[in-house]
Amino acid sequence: MDTPPLKQANNRLVVQLLGITALMFAFGYSLVPLYNVFCEITGTNGKTGRLAPAQAALLVPDESREITVEFVTNVNVGLPWDFRALTSSVRVRPGVITQVEFEVGNRATQTLVGQAVPSVAPNKAARYFSKTECFCFSQQPLAGGEKKAMPVRFIIDPKLPADIETVTLSYTFFEAPPNSQQGSAAGDAPKT
Amino acid sequence: MSDAMAHDDAHHGYRPGGMKRWLTTTNHKDIGTLYLVFSLVMFFIGGAMAMIIRLELFQPGLQFIDPQFYNSMTTMHALIMIFGAVMPAWTGFANWLVPMMIGAPDMALPRLNNWSFWILPFAFTLLLSTLFMPGGAPAGGWTMYPPLVLQTGDAFPFLIFAVHLMGASSIAGAINIIATVFNLRAPGMTLMKLPLFVWTWIITAFLLIAAMPVLAGAVTMLLTDKFFGTSFFSAAGGGDPVMFQHIFWFFGHPEVYILILPAFGIASAIIPTFARKPLFGYSSMVYASASIAFLSFIVWAHHMFTVGMPLAGELFFMYATVLIAIPTGVKVFNWVATMWQGSMTFETPMLFAIAFVVLFTIGGFSGLMLGVTPVDFQYHDTYFVVAHFHYVLVTGSVFAIIAGTYFWLPKWTGHMYDESLGKLHFWLSTISVNVLFFPQHFLGLAGMPRRIPDYAVQFADWNMVSSIGGFVFGASQLLFVIGIIKCARGGVKATAQVWDGAHGLEWTLPSPPPFHSFSVPPDPATIEGGMR
Repeated sequence: MDTPPLKQANNRLVVQLLGITALMFAFGYSLVPLYNVFCEITGTNGKTGRLAPAQAALLVPDESREITVEFVTNVNVGLPWDFRALTSSVRVRPGVITQVEFEVGNRATQTLVGQAVPSVAPNKAARYFSKTECFCFSQQPLAGGEKKAMPVRFIIDPKLPADIETVTLSYTFFEAPPNSQQGSAAGDAPKT
Repeated sequence: MSDAMAHDDAHHGYRPGGMKRWLTTTNHKDIGTLYLVFSLVMFFIGGAMAMIIRLELFQPGLQFIDPQFYNSMTTMHALIMIFGAVMPAWTGFANWLVPMMIGAPDMALPRLNNWSFWILPFAFTLLLSTLFMPGGAPAGGWTMYPPLVLQTGDAFPFLIFAVHLMGASSIAGAINIIATVFNLRAPGMTLMKLPLFVWTWIITAFLLIAAMPVLAGAVTMLLTDKFFGTSFFSAAGGGDPVMFQHIFWFFGHPEVYILILPAFGIASAIIPTFARKPLFGYSSMVYASASIAFLSFIVWAHHMFTVGMPLAGELFFMYATVLIAIPTGVKVFNWVATMWQGSMTFETPMLFAIAFVVLFTIGGFSGLMLGVTPVDFQYHDTYFVVAHFHYVLVTGSVFAIIAGTYFWLPKWTGHMYDESLGKLHFWLSTISVNVLFFPQHFLGLAGMPRRIPDYAVQFADWNMVSSIGGFVFGASQLLFVIGIIKCARGGVKATAQVWDGAHGLEWTLPSPPPFHSFSVPPDPATIEGGMR
């Protein structure tokens, strides 16, 4: 029944179809970097930018308007930390670096490592919102019972669309994944 | 059951008997039977879980089961019905029918065929064994969203590997069907002469090959997130849980067309037979199926309008989603036009096929409503969604499977089924399924959320109605099994053509067909005559 040419045709087709299968499996994984690039370009996801202080100094302050920046703090389930913003909101001028303080405390008796993940609302403000210094740039170890003040220095690009008057910056502290703890591994970590 | 469904035992070469026959078979008819029986068993296991769900929802408050187990029931019900009942049923139909419809002696890759079936019992043993594990069966929903799914207990790796196996099985089945249709068509059986069931299955097979590997990737990422310290979906490690939803639904939307496209093929076989007219708009049916398949890859985010997408994204996915109504409308139009001025009779397969057209269209309409972004913001995760996908999957896919079973059962077994039992099954099912699912539209519009074991008292009345419908629907499916067993055991002998309006190569074979059919390809005149 299986004449050789038929068998050849079958084998060729099977190899091609398995090729598509493998390709689609790889495509599933390639959606991960594609997703991150897409979010970065569109500012979706509220991921904020990071600026070197020197670059930030180049922005020309806009004296004509003031933006309200609000702060929201969260701690993810399972991490016994207290986390609050010392000021709940500030009025800032675009193009001027502003510093605000947060306070974090570890209620547990042992040392725990946290990683803060920021998000900005509305989404379209995200790409105009940059930080020159932030505790979210790296993992934060806290000894048992320790309390710490953590500063953030941020700047809003004067090109921020005119209809945005209020920007909300939210931080959530997660327990850092055990394998990524110890400094450098955080390199891959949250875009901040 | 499987022995009862055994067909003609004419001897052609070596055939072991008993259990060994079924374990080692490479015959497309045997494997088709295995798939269909497996699917029927899973339909009842998944159905029993649905009964438990409706029992708990009969009244507000928690009466029978605890919430964790309730969530396991909704999760397992979905996984079993999708991957265990509907998908294997379609592969079973394809095994039985595709070679007979295209004049081929068997499937192109018979050993792979055996293997792709026998993976399934292992996959579902893994999945069902989780019911007895510490931490219980998976309860985070069949969509497996992290971080919730990562809280699954010991069952978690079993869930992931079961999904891998189901995926491997269906990809192997899809490759086999494509190879069969591409390489084993009888001379003269050109692509545009293929019966629509074969066409819709070819398109389904390509969807499977494109979509299932993406699911495999997504669940592998879950697995490595849980056990190997990756952070694909963990925000703390730089990942993003919303990304899982994008990847999952990139698979998930093609998946829903995998579940429904072969149903379109079955309706397109049954309606012309009992209207005694050729199918209206054959080529438009082929192109409509292909368009639906293409569109299914660019609409995934309509399952997740509420995650906070940019406006442009919401508009794109809304327009693309609503666009699917056009090819689907073409199909519904063609089925109605086929019946127009036909000399129709209403045997059980036709009744189920007509109910399929009407009720599937209702599900399509509620889908259009859900596809409109601002409306979806209100309906998201309510019982309106539950009503929608049960209309397209139960009165859509499952009704088509039942219709197809009654339609080809005389061909498979050589006996006519009990027509009055079939009609009773139809009327009980059709009335009860609407009593079951139609009130869920009202519940959803009133704000009742999905996947919750308890509810506010204002939802009590419609839930009770829905549960009563559910119990009747569940019980009436026993009539289906009785009908199948009776038919397999004996009854009025079926003719080769079975239905006087039936056309197509499978109807040129005797009923039941010999164990090896079309060892010599049919001549072109038969193909022409069969096609009409």
